[in-house]
Amino acid sequence: MSTDNFNQYTTEEFETATRAVLGDIKATVEPNFGELGIVCDRSDIVAICKIVKQDPGISMEYLRSISVVDWVEHMEVVYHLSSIKHMNRIVIKVVIPLEDLKIDSVITVWSGADWHEREGHDLFGVEFIGHPDMSPLILYEGFEGFPGRKSFEIPVQETFYGD
Amino acid sequence: METKATVIRDENSETAELRINMGPQHPATHGVFRMVLTLDGERVVTVEPHIGYLHRGSEKLTEGENFQQITTLFDRLDYISNFNNEWVYVRTVERAMEVEIPERAEFIRIILGELNRIASHFLFYGTYGLDIGAMNPVMIGFRERERIQALFEGVSGARMMHNYFRVGGVKEDLPDGFVPAINALLEHLKKGYEDAKNILTESEIFIERTAGIGALDAERTLDYGVTGPVLRAAGVDYDIRKADPYSMYSDLDFSVPLGSHGDCYDRYMVRMLEIEQSIKIIEQCIRRLPDGPIQGKVSRILRPPEGDFFVHGENPRGDLGVYLVSTGGTVRPYRLKIRGPSFSNLMALSSMMEGAYLADSTVILGSLDIVLGEVDR
Repeated sequence: MSTDNFNQYTTEEFETATRAVLGDIKATVEPNFGELGIVCDRSDIVAICKIVKQDPGISMEYLRSISVVDWVEHMEVVYHLSSIKHMNRIVIKVVIPLEDLKIDSVITVWSGADWHEREGHDLFGVEFIGHPDMSPLILYEGFEGFPGRKSFEIPVQETFYGD
Repeated sequence: METKATVIRDENSETAELRINMGPQHPATHGVFRMVLTLDGERVVTVEPHIGYLHRGSEKLTEGENFQQITTLFDRLDYISNFNNEWVYVRTVERAMEVEIPERAEFIRIILGELNRIASHFLFYGTYGLDIGAMNPVMIGFRERERIQALFEGVSGARMMHNYFRVGGVKEDLPDGFVPAINALLEHLKKGYEDAKNILTESEIFIERTAGIGALDAERTLDYGVTGPVLRAAGVDYDIRKADPYSMYSDLDFSVPLGSHGDCYDRYMVRMLEIEQSIKIIEQCIRRLPDGPIQGKVSRILRPPEGDFFVHGENPRGDLGVYLVSTGGTVRPYRLKIRGPSFSNLMALSSMMEGAYLADSTVILGSLDIVLGEVDR
């Protein structure tokens, strides 16, 4: 399968362009199955998101989704971004340690981050700092545990067969 | 007790904001969706959407199923466009495993996917008519949709939960007499489409109720991650079939209808024009439908390599994305995240509804055409 599905840039050009706008921020940039993968520290996430959204050459105006992946030893927050103008795609991955499940919210960059982050908080217990409302979204009030995690055991309901 | 009619007019009284609850059991919320509206007289001040009533944990369930079995879970996400859901899922696994799909299977998928789009838009047409108080559209909408569902039953054996797409192709070949049947169906659909158009498109009442209602400009629509007809109604030319072509779409001749105002009427118009385009696509596919195998070479047990893959496709409601994380060599996904178009579209609801009349709230919600099965997953 070809990875050259960027309209305006080739993969290499897009990679160089992205690396150039990131400047001093410490992050690894490499292609990943037709998308450009960025791995960065969690302290830089908002800064990177702002840059890739606002730079006219990258222009990631469309946040596709925010996923949380439970790797048991740590959690990973994955941001899928896309540009409508250039049809380039970026994946940002941030690793966060289990003992401190916190990451800055990107809701100031895209309003669409709202429910994705609340879902991540519901199912995985990741706290998105700066999000105005972290109340349960798809789980009910008072639900205990984080059902998205690998450690969550699905409660078995006893079957009642009648008397 | 003596009752006396008096007019209470207290100089010191103030108008108060009223909080009302709408849903989850409400016919106009299209499923189990609840919103708490704060009203100032007839105007909506704030909207608080509440979702999750249909949460079945589909993402978690996939972690316990084989890759072949997961198709059934995708049927139950957006239960109005089952084929399109299955399609995105099988494409994700196909991309991970780099499977070649025979041309006949691709054309079958496009035909069924586009028919499903028409069925979905007809359902929207019918229920949207009900939302604004017209009884006739729902008769036409459901009549035409039922013709399509009957054909689906002939192909897959089920009206809705098809489980027909397979990694590498489709389950079985089209039944005998499929081509004459679909040709007859298309003739019916064209007539039904004309009927549908004649009732609403130029109706003065309909235009009064929808034009200029719930408008959101392109930039803000995109900021919420809204996709599909709602985004295209705001004038943004983003259709994945054109922007990031998959399957055989780059070979087919069709156009992407765009709106300009981003209001409810444009959303309706975009969907109606998409029905025309889908019919055009299906006609081309039937003409070009080749003979040959319907299943590519795939191993019996699916074990995608290590890596993470994000594949998306254009559903009737927008951009459905599947994020698959595979640890390699396993028969089950490590993590599978579903990015539902209705989920993101619904986020924009508050900003569309604030400042609108209470009577327009169902019109605006209806114009988003949400399916709660996919919002809650």
